[in-house]
Amino acid sequence: MPVATANQTIGPYWHLIEDPAWADLTRFGAEGDKIVLTGSVVDGAGAPVADAAIEIWQASPDVSETFPGFGRCRTDTAGSFRFVTMKPGSLPGLGNAAQAPHVAVSIFARGLLRALTTRLYFQDEKLNETDPVLCTIESDARRRTLIARKVSSDTWHLDIRLQGADETVFTEV
Amino acid sequence: MTATASFRPVIAHSQPSNDTPSYGSTRLRHPIHAPLRIPQTLTETRGPRFAADRFGVLTDLSVTNGKPAIGERIIIRGRVVDEEDRPVPHTMIEIWQAAGRYAHPGDQLDAPLDPNFHGGGRVFSDGDGWYQFTTIKPGAYPWGNHHNAWRPHHIHYSLFGAGFAQRVVTQMYFPGDPLLALDPIFLAVPDQVARERLIAQVDIDITAPGRALGYRFDIILRGRDATPTEKV
Repeated sequence: MPVATANQTIGPYWHLIEDPAWADLTRFGAEGDKIVLTGSVVDGAGAPVADAAIEIWQASPDVSETFPGFGRCRTDTAGSFRFVTMKPGSLPGLGNAAQAPHVAVSIFARGLLRALTTRLYFQDEKLNETDPVLCTIESDARRRTLIARKVSSDTWHLDIRLQGADETVFTEV
Repeated sequence: MTATASFRPVIAHSQPSNDTPSYGSTRLRHPIHAPLRIPQTLTETRGPRFAADRFGVLTDLSVTNGKPAIGERIIIRGRVVDEEDRPVPHTMIEIWQAAGRYAHPGDQLDAPLDPNFHGGGRVFSDGDGWYQFTTIKPGAYPWGNHHNAWRPHHIHYSLFGAGFAQRVVTQMYFPGDPLLALDPIFLAVPDQVARERLIAQVDIDITAPGRALGYRFDIILRGRDATPTEKV
């Protein structure tokens, strides 16, 4: 049986395929409450990762003509990114467990031979306490690396650390 | 609700490790903790859909505004399939490359930039998983990884597949390139067979006689189990 093609780094020049409009997942006319997701990416020395492609994907709300569920944003010289999207709802998980609202986040960059994947959860969501992914992380400090903090009525912020003592929890499936 | 079938596990040694010291940029960017293995839920088994009318197609990188780029024109054709050899139809493929140097402000290499070559393209596989594009053969390329480091000739690829866990970003290489044996990025794929499948092959049937040499490059995405194994 053939094996899936190997990944290779996205490299420093992926901006040749960049379209900044992709950072707004509501650009096709999605109706409802829009939210803003901001964040930053730093490396093991605390330096901003300024050449990354950040991708988000959410299976809720359902993908439609007006909502692609997918976005991409570059990090700037401060390692910062910003998306406009729709707030996800709860999704069914395995068994009877409800998953808390979340967004899948992928980080592609020079120096990453494979994408790093993680999840962004939302501060103050009741379901975070019982979410089947969050609950498998024993350390409170580690679990908090996945929870974006609410910085205004419609904006959440997540700091991502690729390496080090307060390293983000990255996932694999 | 019944889940979409889960994706098969990643086969050991077929994928590079982010902790690859010979590639210097990995040093401060690879996580120390092992990744958290999570179940495959709708977030992992579903994925975005891209329509060609909203994500514009550019299949000929060798011409800009009707003007031909300088260099060796080539055609690359291949099939996108999964690990069970099932075609992956209508999936978006993004490609980008340098000809001499990248048309990118970050690239300060002392090499001429062809105004008729931008280096970015986007194609979709057809109903049977086939894709094709025309471009200029990329050059070898010096980089700062170590003394006298040169990247082999390569074209970057980004594919989405049908589920988010199928996403792959990779690089296509050219047969007979002596720089492959010296390249820490290519060599980071531990398994030799998996590594060599990143190398396209000359295919005379893809060649446009008198115009462009043809190469074949197939891409395999993670397969799904034959039947759904989980109820969600």
